[in-house]
Amino acid sequence: MSWTLIGSITDIPRRGARCVETPRGKVAVFRTAEDRIFAIEDHCPHKGGPLSQGIVHGAAVTCPLHNWVISLETGKALGADEGSVRAIPIKLEGEQLFIALASEAKAHRAA
Amino acid sequence: MMENLVVIGNGMAPGRMLEHLLETSRGRYAVTIFNAEPRVNYDRIMLSPVLSGEKSYEQIIIHGDGWYIKNGITLYKGHKIVAIDRDAKTVTSDHGVVESYDKLVIATGSVPFILPVPGHNLPGVLSYRDLDDVNAMLLAAQSRAKAVVIGGGLLGLEAAAGLEAQGMDVTVLHLMPTLMERQLDPAAGYLLQRAIEDRGIKVICKANTKSILGDRKVEGVELADGRIIPATLVVMAAGIKPNAGLAKAAGIATNRGILVDAGMQTSDPDIYSVGECAEVGGHVYGLVAPLYEMARVAAAHLADGKSTAAFVHNDTPTKLKVTGIELFSLGDFADGEDRHEIVLRDASAGVYKRLVLKDNRIIGTVLYGETADGAWFNDLKKKQVDISDMRDTLIFGQAYQGGTPLDPMAAVAVLPDDAEICGCNGVCKGKIVGAIQEKGLTSLDDVRAHTKASASCGSCTGLVEQLMSLTLGEAFNPTAVQPMCGCTSLGHDDVRRLIKAKSLKNIYAVMQELEWSTSCGCAKCRPALNYYLVCDWPGEYADDYQSRFINERVHANIQKNGTYSVVPRMWGGVTSANELRAIADVVDKFNIPTVKVTGGQRIDMLGVKKEDLPAVWADLGKAGFVSGHAYAKGLRTVKTCVGTDWCRFGTQDSTGFGIRIEKFMWGSWTPAKVKMAVSGCPRNCAEATCKDVGVICVDSGYEIHFAGAAGLDIKGTEVLGLVKTEDEALEVIVALVQMYREQARYLERIYKWAKRVTTDEIRRQILDDIEKRRGFYERFIHSQKFAQVDPWSERVSGLHKHEFKPMATIGIADAAE
Ligand code: SRM
Ligand SMILES: Cc1cc2nc3c(=O)[nH]c(=O)nc-3n(C[C@H](O)[C@H](O)[C@H](O)COP(=O)(O)OP(=O)(O)OC[C@H]3O[C@@H](n4cnc5c(N)ncnc54)[C@H](O)[C@@H]3O)c2cc1C
Ligand code: SF4
Ligand code: FES
Repeated sequence: MSWTLIGSITDIPRRGARCVETPRGKVAVFRTAEDRIFAIEDHCPHKGGPLSQGIVHGAAVTCPLHNWVISLETGKALGADEGSVRAIPIKLEGEQLFIALASEAKAHRAA
Repeated sequence: MMENLVVIGNGMAPGRMLEHLLETSRGRYAVTIFNAEPRVNYDRIMLSPVLSGEKSYEQIIIHGDGWYIKNGITLYKGHKIVAIDRDAKTVTSDHGVVESYDKLVIATGSVPFILPVPGHNLPGVLSYRDLDDVNAMLLAAQSRAKAVVIGGGLLGLEAAAGLEAQGMDVTVLHLMPTLMERQLDPAAGYLLQRAIEDRGIKVICKANTKSILGDRKVEGVELADGRIIPATLVVMAAGIKPNAGLAKAAGIATNRGILVDAGMQTSDPDIYSVGECAEVGGHVYGLVAPLYEMARVAAAHLADGKSTAAFVHNDTPTKLKVTGIELFSLGDFADGEDRHEIVLRDASAGVYKRLVLKDNRIIGTVLYGETADGAWFNDLKKKQVDISDMRDTLIFGQAYQGGTPLDPMAAVAVLPDDAEICGCNGVCKGKIVGAIQEKGLTSLDDVRAHTKASASCGSCTGLVEQLMSLTLGEAFNPTAVQPMCGCTSLGHDDVRRLIKAKSLKNIYAVMQELEWSTSCGCAKCRPALNYYLVCDWPGEYADDYQSRFINERVHANIQKNGTYSVVPRMWGGVTSANELRAIADVVDKFNIPTVKVTGGQRIDMLGVKKEDLPAVWADLGKAGFVSGHAYAKGLRTVKTCVGTDWCRFGTQDSTGFGIRIEKFMWGSWTPAKVKMAVSGCPRNCAEATCKDVGVICVDSGYEIHFAGAAGLDIKGTEVLGLVKTEDEALEVIVALVQMYREQARYLERIYKWAKRVTTDEIRRQILDDIEKRRGFYERFIHSQKFAQVDPWSERVSGLHKHEFKPMATIGIADAAE
């Protein structure tokens, strides 16, 4: 697995998210109230809503378009809805966040 | 022949290691210790009681000079090792002493992290690590002046409590939103902050230290937001880092700390490392329990080259050693789908307990206020005990296990008649039961009216309801109140009332005091709570953007494809050539695909990319536009007609009045959206009679309408009344909206609220009771001082700028790399 630095955990507000542009589409990176971090595709299984824009609660996010609730741990829709998004490997070293994508990709940090 | 064992550092870890070694293999090694600190091994943990004056240095010594003499150990006090020569197998101290070793143990501990801000090396800036720091603080405290502690973690808070006990005026600055966030969830962090503040220590969270001020010595601390806190002493307690530099310079493998295997051996087989400087299995530690375990393992290997002793990671509970504050935290307490939590809150006793379970086993615990069961929970976690059988009573602690399960109803039933139920109003059980029976009361409101029980702070509502069930049996149906969401059993009205009654001023406070069953709420309750707090505590409550729906967070409407729409205000629907030109320029410059005239008399630009929003607003701002709040639960539009300015039927200046209302009220947040309109005569071209608030101008004045709707429901307005002047009309409208702001449930439009409260009651409070009306009006004006800020210009000038850009862009690597 090759890890790419995407920035610092402090770039993301608690109970918030930011997104990362990749050659394969946007990835949503989350930080929970307790500083757990997750990365999933920024694409709701319902109608493609940008999950990075939702409200983060516990280890889940509520999609801003039609309120599906997606588990950050599994990428699966919770409750009665069915569907899932891909979870992306992410790790925290010190304050630095890395995600694992294909090896040829490299990151330009936003200013 | 005795082998030479040299130890670098004389802290708690090597001290313990030598005790083990003396027990098992006395006489095997000739031991030499070098310690940079000019003293023997003492209990570093107890520095806080020394600082607060509860203990003296002599009382915290672990190994006195006699111990070294008795055990034949050579201790070089005040000697810092500056080089390790692994080929020659020697170490050299800063005083030039060279000692050769067969086995070497590096135990250099940690170094405090000093924020590299300007002024960090001024006299008066201290860290909190050793006895010298404590002595310097005690000296500074004699002046009884002001101290600032940077860092609201364990060390920082202990330092603050100690300095406060020594008579200093202390402020704690903490970068994060809640204290000790690594060990505590926000709920417990909130309680801790309250307890710290109760002792007179000021706490500023989200405080970003910009620089330390002072000419030749410290005079104060400046925060990034420009605040300046005067201080003659600054204690940096912003964290520690493993002291691995010496090992690294000697070519020993290091990462964050000195890398060791499970036998505490470094990459050099003759060199071991123990204590905070060592990194084992990816962990570095800052509490003694695991360090003592390292000491045990290292001693075993030094005693016997074939030992199989191995270090195993275990979570260590954290406790705060500040007298009077009970706090315990252990393990992993984040929540997640595969985890379950059990939360117990007792607001009146200031108790919060949370267990995090996975596969019916405890994986984390946070206890605040009552920590007696910490050890038991720790034990259950360590042993990975399956708790299924005691799940319902687990949180009550060990004492309840095995006994009869706690049935709240049974508990109330056995209370004596004179047991006090409602503390605020001093109402006992007998009185409530008596009133229910004699007067035939069947609802909570009835009981409140007749006995006053639960009519003040409401915290006894549950008890009163249980009494009603006991007395009335099936006839009582307490579920009449719809809870706000799955996180609470309280309805919106109760929550609103309690926020006021208990002066709850942030979301964590609400969740704690009102005994929320989740640790961080959900997408339903958080936006509602945020609104209630914004409304009830203008200027005091800091808006929680993470609890707002995306539209209100970025001040634009999200569209189906993830782009946004931008609607600037056109006051009263009136525009000009300049404004239209500015919009046209923005549309061209940013390639905005659709421009549409809305149903609210203004222009919508649809399909704007999120990254472009700040630049779009900057250009619109230059032309004088502010946000139209087309996304907000707040004031949207005030539609107008052309009125007396042009129309042959116009009776009053409907355009001017509409603009005046919009300019007066824009920016205010409301429970649901508020749309208004002013028509110049009963022909009603502005469609005022289907708005939340509408005005129909007539010859004799202004007819004020409200509670209309034309969306999901279609409903004509009710007439509130007729007033004579424009000023009076404005005051009535503003007061009406403020009453709605203060009383309605989140997402409840005016027409639904009015149906509950009744038109008569609203008329009574707004038209008949002039004093009440003035009160509402003035509270609205106060609130506008904080609300009427253009969110666009704030963001153009940099607020929340992280929201608008991707945090990183990953491209296909170019060939040069
Ligand atoms: C843009 C506009 C349609 C247009 O192109 O004309 C519009 C667009 C939307 N309306 Fe509307 N409404 C617009 C005027 C109206 C009107 C007419 C009016 O205000 O005179 C109504 C009926 C009057 C009323 O509100 O009672 C109207 C009743 C609704 C409703 C139903 C509300 C209800 O309580 O019954 C919703 C849904 C909601 O708010 O939950 C809604 C929701 C929406 C949302 C915000 C849907 C959403 O949540 O994304 C649409 C946002 C589009 C965007 O991104 O700009 N819109 N909407 C109008 C914007 C007015 C403005 O300048 O701010
Ligand atoms: C105020 C305070 C309160 C604490 N409270 C708690 C608590 O409640 N519970 C808990 O579990 N832990 C607590 N700790 C942490 C605990 O004290 C440490 O984890 C523990 O003391 C670390 O032991 P150590 O042997 O690794 O390092 P240290 O005790 O830091 O010892 C390292 C020693 O090595 C010396 N040294 C460094 N470099 C050299 C060199 N090149 N040559 C010679 N000597 C060198 C240093 O001078 C120092 O004396 C607290 C710490 C502090 C400061
Ligand atoms: S509201 Fe009355 S005055 Fe205004 S345009 Fe319509 S008819 Fe004319
Ligand atoms: S696109 Fe996410 S809920 Fe519809």
